[in-house]
Amino acid sequence: MSRIQQRFADLQSAQKKALIPFITAGDPQPDVTVPTLHAMVSAGADLLEVGVPFSDPMADGPVIQAACERALKHHVTLHKVLDMVSDFRRNDDKTPVILMGYLNPIEVWGYAAFARAAADAGVDGVLTVDMPPEEAAEFTAAMKENAIDTIFLLAPTSDDARMQKVSEAASGFIYYVSFKGVTGANQLDVSSVATKLKQLRRHTTLPVGVGFGIRDAETAGQVAEIADAVVVGSVLVNQIAGLAGTPGAIPAALATTVADLRAGIDKAV
Amino acid sequence: MTQAVDSKAKQAPLPDERGHFGPFGGRFVAETLMLPLDELNAAYQKYLQDPEFQAELDRDLASFVGRPSPLYFAERWSREAGGARIYLKREDLNHTGAHKINNTVGQALLAKRMGKTRIIAETGAGQHGVASATIAARLGMECVVYMGAEDIKRQAINVYRMRMLGAEVVSVESGSKTLKDALNEALRDWVTNVDNTFYIIGTVAGPHPYPVMVRDFQTIIGREARQQILELEGRLPDALVACVGGGSNAIGLFHPFIDDEAVELYGVEGGGDGVETGRHAAPLCAGSSGVLHGNRTYLMEDSDGQITETHSVSAGLDYPGVGPEHAWLKDSGRATYVAVTDSEAIEAFHHLTHTEGIIPALESSHALAYVANLAPQMGKDKIIIINLSGRGDKDMHTIAQLEGIQQ
Repeated sequence: MSRIQQRFADLQSAQKKALIPFITAGDPQPDVTVPTLHAMVSAGADLLEVGVPFSDPMADGPVIQAACERALKHHVTLHKVLDMVSDFRRNDDKTPVILMGYLNPIEVWGYAAFARAAADAGVDGVLTVDMPPEEAAEFTAAMKENAIDTIFLLAPTSDDARMQKVSEAASGFIYYVSFKGVTGANQLDVSSVATKLKQLRRHTTLPVGVGFGIRDAETAGQVAEIADAVVVGSVLVNQIAGLAGTPGAIPAALATTVADLRAGIDKAV
Repeated sequence: MTQAVDSKAKQAPLPDERGHFGPFGGRFVAETLMLPLDELNAAYQKYLQDPEFQAELDRDLASFVGRPSPLYFAERWSREAGGARIYLKREDLNHTGAHKINNTVGQALLAKRMGKTRIIAETGAGQHGVASATIAARLGMECVVYMGAEDIKRQAINVYRMRMLGAEVVSVESGSKTLKDALNEALRDWVTNVDNTFYIIGTVAGPHPYPVMVRDFQTIIGREARQQILELEGRLPDALVACVGGGSNAIGLFHPFIDDEAVELYGVEGGGDGVETGRHAAPLCAGSSGVLHGNRTYLMEDSDGQITETHSVSAGLDYPGVGPEHAWLKDSGRATYVAVTDSEAIEAFHHLTHTEGIIPALESSHALAYVANLAPQMGKDKIIIINLSGRGDKDMHTIAQLEGIQQ
């Protein structure tokens, strides 16, 4: 059983929902990332999404675009992101780590070589925003061979046929994008998400995480009532941006926010 | 690869039904856009076969764009070069001054039939933005054009033209603040407003079906040129030459000749300060394969897969990617891609202006510069057609600044 499967199984038997915080690796500087990941786990994060910086983050709003730019100023390459995951694993071999980003850095490395290196580093899942299942056969095979889960997106525009296609290609969990738009926008409509998730559950038994637009304990709680996992990104990345001048304060500050989100989720379910 | 496999590969219809040209092309976008792209493709396939749509497009191309554009024999230049007979396909004479309008008219008519009320576009030099704003004005549609903040500074006149035509021009402040970032921002708009919005991509790149759809709207260039040269010379040309940024004017000229294997195809990229300096915009000559803006193609990128900044005196060539069909034509050996430096292009710009009384766009000047070397190497019985993709009015400011610095 993969770390991701194990974690969702444990949460289910405890009747809890997963909290998945997202930060961009190397933002605002490389040495902050690993301490922040540990601090978020201590504060109640169940899985971690680590953003791989990319020069052209087409699906992201201004907050995560700026995070990519800050990280790229420090030349945070995909190799360095894997080093950070290795470093994290020295003190935590239980919390699943998912890399989230765009295809090109992995494409240029080569799928098979990247998959081996990522597995060695302790990566559990990969989500490439700009690669739908139609293009993913070779990629998915390479990840599978190295026991890395491939997480795919579904969206409000996805119909039954696409839900089926994504369910067949996905492992670990499925990430449902709550609205038509980019990360960080404020358009969450929980009831329309609930309708869509009901439709999706007819196609898959995988856990379903919901992300985009979750900004506080209240919205996290609302989403936790209908999803298996709650993904929170831009709120945390925005907090990092505000503390870029005092990076030492970032781990504790994010831990406070994660604890607050945790409480919102636990209160709701 | 064996000869048999090779010839079979050439005969297979390209792209395949999911937009692949060999390993290139495809559809690499976030999930939200997958179904809208299916809908776009279905509508496009439908109207491609629809005589009423085609008749309306033909009418617009004739009476609004001003087609057919002439095929002009550059007699003085040919004589002086002392080799092949040089013809210019005069896309510079189109309404709005470049080939871009062939595509925006086609896509906007499609948008209207799909019931979309709002069109968005990205632009670098501003020519595609102007062509989009122009057709939006004519069809009474809302139009938003994304343009990098750096390009807005460089191309103030085109910004003014777009605004005068009623378009909203949005300054893109992210990344390198140029064309690639404008494309990112247009994609972000589309993903947000996909229900009522049609995204008019200006070149033969992006997710399927854009590369094939834009190509089809631009092949009017090559179809006309083919008929015109047969009328004028009684035979096909020996070589076609066009500049390549994203590659829409080049594919538009090349495509109707691809099966005529005796016709050589030359694509000319922006060599900037010289390919060896690294300051250029020549992904086919000096880049490597990768995935950006919805398709797999040749890119300017570093060893970590980050997209690198490009440099060309011509804003229309200043893009780190290229259409996937060009990537395929390069790898299959059917077309040859070369690069021409900024200074060679500027020299060709002046030369055509003096010799033929035609002021070319800086983009097209790259194709002219290559022919200045190619024509003398060919016999006097040979024929070259250059796609003169745009006129140089928009470049007066750039040229004046450069000359000012030189004085």
